[in-house]
Amino acid sequence: MHGNIVPPIENVSRRAILRGMGITAGLVLAAPVLSRPGMAAYNTGAGAMPHGTVNDPRVFVSIAPDGIVTILAHRSEMGTGVRTSLPMIVADEMEADWTRVQVRQAPGDEVRFGNQDTDGSRSTRHYLMPMRQVGAAARMMLEAAAAKRWNVAVTEVTAANHEVVHTATGRKLGFGELANDAAVQPVADVSRLRLKDPKDFRYMGKGQVGIVDLHDITTGKAMYGIDTRLPGMKYAALARPPVTGGKLVSFDATEAMKVSGVENVIEVQGWPWPSKFQPLGGVAVIARNTGAAIMGRDALKVVWDDGANAKYDSVSYRTELEDAARKPGLVVRNNGDAEAALKSADKVVVGEYYLPHVAHVSMEPPVATAHVADGRAEIWAPVQSPQGTRDDVAKTLGIPVENVTVNVTLLGGGFGRKSKCDYALEAALISKTIGAPVKVQWTREDDVRHDFLHTVSAERIEAGLDKSGKVIAWRHRSVAPTIASTFAAGAKHQAPFELGMGFVDMPFDIANVRCENPEAAAHTRIGWFRSVSNIPHSFAVQTMVAEIAQQTGRDPKDMLLELIGPARIVDIGAGVKDLWNYGEPVDSYPIDAGRLRRVVELVAEKGEWSRKVPKGHGLGIAVHRSFVSYIATIVEVAVDDKGQLSVPRVDTAIDCGTFVNPERIQSQIEGAAIMGLSLAKYGEITFKDGRVVQGNFDDHPVVRIDEAPKITNVHIMPAAPDVPPSGVGEPGVPPFAPALCNAIFAATGKRIRSLPIGKQLEPA
Amino acid sequence: MIKVTVNGQEHSWDGDPSLPLLWYLRDEVGLTGTKFGCGKALCGACTVHVEGAAARSCITAMSDVDGQKVTTIEGLDPHGDHPVQKAWREVNVPQCGYCQAGQIMQAAALLKDNPHPSDGDIRDTMSGNICRCGCYQRIEAAVRLAATGA
Repeated sequence: MHGNIVPPIENVSRRAILRGMGITAGLVLAAPVLSRPGMAAYNTGAGAMPHGTVNDPRVFVSIAPDGIVTILAHRSEMGTGVRTSLPMIVADEMEADWTRVQVRQAPGDEVRFGNQDTDGSRSTRHYLMPMRQVGAAARMMLEAAAAKRWNVAVTEVTAANHEVVHTATGRKLGFGELANDAAVQPVADVSRLRLKDPKDFRYMGKGQVGIVDLHDITTGKAMYGIDTRLPGMKYAALARPPVTGGKLVSFDATEAMKVSGVENVIEVQGWPWPSKFQPLGGVAVIARNTGAAIMGRDALKVVWDDGANAKYDSVSYRTELEDAARKPGLVVRNNGDAEAALKSADKVVVGEYYLPHVAHVSMEPPVATAHVADGRAEIWAPVQSPQGTRDDVAKTLGIPVENVTVNVTLLGGGFGRKSKCDYALEAALISKTIGAPVKVQWTREDDVRHDFLHTVSAERIEAGLDKSGKVIAWRHRSVAPTIASTFAAGAKHQAPFELGMGFVDMPFDIANVRCENPEAAAHTRIGWFRSVSNIPHSFAVQTMVAEIAQQTGRDPKDMLLELIGPARIVDIGAGVKDLWNYGEPVDSYPIDAGRLRRVVELVAEKGEWSRKVPKGHGLGIAVHRSFVSYIATIVEVAVDDKGQLSVPRVDTAIDCGTFVNPERIQSQIEGAAIMGLSLAKYGEITFKDGRVVQGNFDDHPVVRIDEAPKITNVHIMPAAPDVPPSGVGEPGVPPFAPALCNAIFAATGKRIRSLPIGKQLEPA
Repeated sequence: MIKVTVNGQEHSWDGDPSLPLLWYLRDEVGLTGTKFGCGKALCGACTVHVEGAAARSCITAMSDVDGQKVTTIEGLDPHGDHPVQKAWREVNVPQCGYCQAGQIMQAAALLKDNPHPSDGDIRDTMSGNICRCGCYQRIEAAVRLAATGA
């Protein structure tokens, strides 16, 4: 038997670093800071995030006497490569040799580490510069220590590749030999930091460094949330109310207790809807292993009170949304006079689009382990929001936040689901009740049926054209239940962060633009899903462009460039009250029509837009700015006579500003094509009688390898180091579905206005 | 009493004979490399080898493996250097990595039965393994690399 049980993540606060740069209470800088004089600096929205950023090397870096440099990763790894990329920035700046670097995961503690919410495609965007500052400051401390040892001026020494060299004499000291002395050197003020010249980067921008967990992943040693094992740990599976807002009436555990390995059945507290990230409540079966817990859970007899959402039905709800989109709603953008311009237009093109709820279905279903005892709680969980989890555990248990430790495991996918820590709160409540460590495991059905779903949306666009075919008016209505409804009862309008995802920030050069947001009531938990409201907004806008091109006999790519208009900074001005801009300052991150044009031109060139394709094939194009990045996609589709589609080729061009790890950008874009194809072909969660109809990969399919694009080519726009970094994890998704559906039109003449595609292409 | 050999080591189980092998391996033996994804043999995350053939451990009952040899990702190669594992690293396949143990076990079984698979063979055989991150292009390339060295 394998009896050894190792908590997967070392709690750094307990780690005794006896030598080297100890982990000490660090200097906290709440705002990003300027780089060295002579290098253009940029501002980001990082300072406005909870707890801002921290750039103290003593927080992130320690050096052991043997020279091993340990760098903390404080953002969650769910597949983007951030656990490699951010430490790599530090290593590069401090001249550490990557082969002598080890990465450890930080626990949830934003006062020490700065914001840890791994979402919104923000990690590199907000931490590229602070991580460079961490590395530069560490390097300067090592140089100062060496200069002192040799009794020479610090200007005479240089750190290079894990050692410090005295230039005049060639004397060398390794980082390990300097660790003790470097630790007591003062940390240079940020205004005095000497950052490396980007031409001297050894790792950044090169794409030569494999992810730090690669060997462990391929040998089964990588530790995910599901892999936590603690002495005396129990396993739990829960029955939860099948309708959002429902609650437990009674349960009969007789049959569950007969299952071999089941030890206990308890009630778990739920919260009234809207319940934020709090547990849904229900009944937990506690067992000696997960299999027994699940079998026991399935044997429970439970009576539920379904509550106010018992009638939620996707068919009638769709009709409600579509009706609402045909009537005026709250005006959320108004430039010029779109109403008058539509009336006077020579031609009006109307498009109505529908996109259903989508589930995250990360391969690792929600899972968390908790040990609550003596007024303290320790959590091991795959969470995107470690500090948020910590705060919520403290609140839920009624203990001080200092008494809660959240150890962040690897995430087996996240996509926004694991920003919501309800599963960790369940584990904490159950551990407290049973007085033992417990792992709560969600099944796939639990995951699909109790997700915080991607919104469902009806979009309607009317475009008014003058006699020459020029678009002079644009009225877009977007109706979708808001994420805010998960936090506030009765929220019926999209929040600024949803409106600002490709709807009110629509960048086209059109004089009269009006955006309206009619009301939509939520009947289930709505949450962030990778790229969020950009999915419906970009589908509507980018399909509409192709529809206008079709009706005016123009090439879709040319139409797109005409609508984008000349290279310029797009000024929406007073048209929008609270333009979100992904939380970024517009001086560093304006809406840049020139960059939007250039990704279209790049993808058209590299993706060979003008190529001839075989009969039954078609090309489609779409472009979208999201998470302050610019991204354009061309999809080649093939549709056979049975209406089955395949994707021989995808080309995507991305401009994400200055970048760190092009190899991981490529993998994110390859993956985004798969996720985009999944949601276009199959993605749909429906409700009947308040209950989610689907449950597993049989009735909620996702794309498999045999239907994946044969090749996805990724074209990264080169950028100067002073161009601020922007998002990568999410922006690949939004343009895919409209590009695909535009390609389907080119191949078949059939316009897809409603997702998923499902059987729409099959012959009648 | 069920006897099962896991990665060359003999184990016995006197608990529920209907317990899925997956949970026995993970929770009772402590081999957590094999992952849970669906519980219904729909996603392949739990793939192990039973008597050398790929099997979905989430629907394989303990009674089904009585007297049999089971290999998990931890036992595929003593140094983690099976040609498939090496190819996976060469191509930088994983994103989140969660499904990869199952993918690798499936690919290793494929190459054992069919050392020179066509692209179609690779896609057919690997289509039982879902990767939500969408590493498929690289999975296909890595299986090809493991098979051909190119």
